[in-house]
Amino acid sequence: MSVALVKERYSSKVGEVVLGATSEQGGTRTSTVTVGGDSALPYLHFEGELKNRPVIAMEVNDIVPTWNEAIMNQFGDVLNNPAAWAKKCVEEFKADLIYLKLNGADPDGENRSPEDCARIVKEVLAAVGVPLIVVGCDNDDKNNEIMAVIAEAAAGENLLIGLAEQDNYKSITAAAMVHKHTIIARSPLDINICKQLNILINEMGLALNKIVIDPMIGGLGFGIEYAYSIMERARLGSLANDKMLSMPMICTVGYESNRCKEANASADEFPGWGDLQDRGVLWEAMTASAMLQAGASILIMRNPAAVRLVQKNIADMMSK
Amino acid sequence: MALTGLEIYKQLPKKNCGECGVPTCLAFAMALASGKAALDTCPYVTAAAKEALDSASAPPIKAIKFGKDSVLGDENVLFRHDKTFYHPTTLLIRVSDALSDADVEAKVQEINILEFDRVGLHYSIDGVAVVNESGDAARFEKVASMVAAGTDKSLLLLSSNPEALKAALVPLAARKPLVGEATAENYEAMVNLAKENSVPVILKADGLDALNDLVEKAQALGYKEFVLDPGSRKPVETLANLTHLRRLAIKKKFRPFGYPVVAYTSHPEPLDEILEASVYVAKYASAIVLNTSAKAHILPLMTLRQNLYTDPQKPIQVEPKLHSVGEVNENSPFYVTTNFSLTYYSVEGEVEATKIPSYILPIDTDGTSVLTAYAAGKFEPDKIAQAMEASGIADKVKHRNLIIPGYVAVISGKLGELTGWKVVVGPRESSGIISFAKSQLM
Repeated sequence: MSVALVKERYSSKVGEVVLGATSEQGGTRTSTVTVGGDSALPYLHFEGELKNRPVIAMEVNDIVPTWNEAIMNQFGDVLNNPAAWAKKCVEEFKADLIYLKLNGADPDGENRSPEDCARIVKEVLAAVGVPLIVVGCDNDDKNNEIMAVIAEAAAGENLLIGLAEQDNYKSITAAAMVHKHTIIARSPLDINICKQLNILINEMGLALNKIVIDPMIGGLGFGIEYAYSIMERARLGSLANDKMLSMPMICTVGYESNRCKEANASADEFPGWGDLQDRGVLWEAMTASAMLQAGASILIMRNPAAVRLVQKNIADMMSK
Repeated sequence: MALTGLEIYKQLPKKNCGECGVPTCLAFAMALASGKAALDTCPYVTAAAKEALDSASAPPIKAIKFGKDSVLGDENVLFRHDKTFYHPTTLLIRVSDALSDADVEAKVQEINILEFDRVGLHYSIDGVAVVNESGDAARFEKVASMVAAGTDKSLLLLSSNPEALKAALVPLAARKPLVGEATAENYEAMVNLAKENSVPVILKADGLDALNDLVEKAQALGYKEFVLDPGSRKPVETLANLTHLRRLAIKKKFRPFGYPVVAYTSHPEPLDEILEASVYVAKYASAIVLNTSAKAHILPLMTLRQNLYTDPQKPIQVEPKLHSVGEVNENSPFYVTTNFSLTYYSVEGEVEATKIPSYILPIDTDGTSVLTAYAAGKFEPDKIAQAMEASGIADKVKHRNLIIPGYVAVISGKLGELTGWKVVVGPRESSGIISFAKSQLM
């Protein structure tokens, strides 16, 4: 006897956002990346279209990072050269996008000038053909300064720039509007603030398809379930036609997972946790996999070995 | 759908005897409907009414118990934010009877030590799946008995040959293993064998239509202790099947699928396998049979399981008493934070990393983080002062310096007045503790 399956009928879908711009579109990218557009819950191909596969943006820093050696060693000698680092991520590790984090802008650190930051962005743009995500350091005021200059220097490239937050979104939104970029709207694990921020940004005149949601996440074992549920709710909201929750979601997987003790502590220190090599890779990869199941469209990752695993998991989930 | 009080009332004897402890049958019906009473307390309910009420009030997915405290199923929602997931995915490690005796023993050893401690929680692997790959009934029986002797964990005995299964099962029936698998070809022998030994049995068919037919036939044998296997071994298809089964059971109360579901990984490479399993932990598998048994592989998976099966309404808390990190002495720094497990363990981890033995006092904030607790009035100076008094910290250290989270710098003045201690404002995030300690405490 044939069973009548439950197939949900949704009234809407996740919004589609295009990142990057080719020369015809006013930029210099060799190709663009489109995310979102799904009309079903994650990977349920039987009830809707999973239009664009999720993508992986690999993290590049403007200063040599203090990551654990197991990750650093995989990059060889490029970590002090953002352009070469980015090139390696794209050519060798098949990153879909580059996420350039300008930690060097921090006034408490290198205190790099806005012009210097813009120069690095241009160098990375010249080194790779994929679209770029660019974010600043941990200082809001400095970020507003550098992002204004970067947005202008890369006008027309349709960068994905961040971060717009509830108490600091105007300057970056204005920069994105004037110079034709897309922005990351970050809310602190709170679906109401998430929605509110999208409304505020949209009221300034930036189109909804120029916004990507960063719901903030926790790493595996450290609050990932909060992000998981908020993202599931946002995804259901977008399918139920809540336009202010319908943007694709981006997750800082590499950052959050690699600050967990389990991704760094050696087996000598914690013999009960097993060998660090595989544990570290899985800590990042599983954080990514959980976020994919909750509806992530863009994963920001660090560890090339974890990227490889997640690429396979995405291929598994997108195969019909 | 759950019955309303009135629907239940119609089935009750309407004697209003009050022997159930509630004055009238109507009031008793209302109590039953809201889950506050049990039908067993009515001495006069008829058998027919009892059966009708039991089946109507049965959970959408039957709870299946086996082995050492393993419970499968009994879930009520599709999304954890709707309520919570109740019974964490049971994880079983596969042991083939085609392995040599030495390899079987080594594998069982490896499985037995899959126990983990992190953030104050203890995880241990649930059980072992003994699989009859040798095709030899005697070998299967021998390996099953070896595994059973080597571990007290839950057992799954898996063979498509009823004779082999019988040989392995009968001596181990007291362990109440889960057995399988019953298919369209062998289900009569398999289900009857399970029934005779009072153990649950896996029903396996290729696809949902065939599975529905098999469940109907198996139920007709007068047994209902089932676990379902929709047969798919391709991850995206398994995800679809797990979703269909859960949705039909919960949204439609479709009885043939009101049983827990087992999933099997298919990737040969262990890291790929763990990512595949993470999909099934997130989406509705009641049990997963895995190949890898390396600690480094199982810990991340068990952590994900613990995270997703946490009740969203009950944050995990640590005991709000004075904790010490390292070999503390009278000069040890003293930190105050909240008793939300994630907050506390983030702080504890960083304090440990400073290599300075320290005291940490988590304040009982009902398991909320610093900012949430402060906003809700649960992290107030008088409460912290009381907790300090109760903890006896004043007798343990000779200094009078108290470190508070940077986010609540605003309470410094009042807290200083109440306690007479010098309030030091620490970093906002636990990640700042190491540099804070370097600059302020060394």
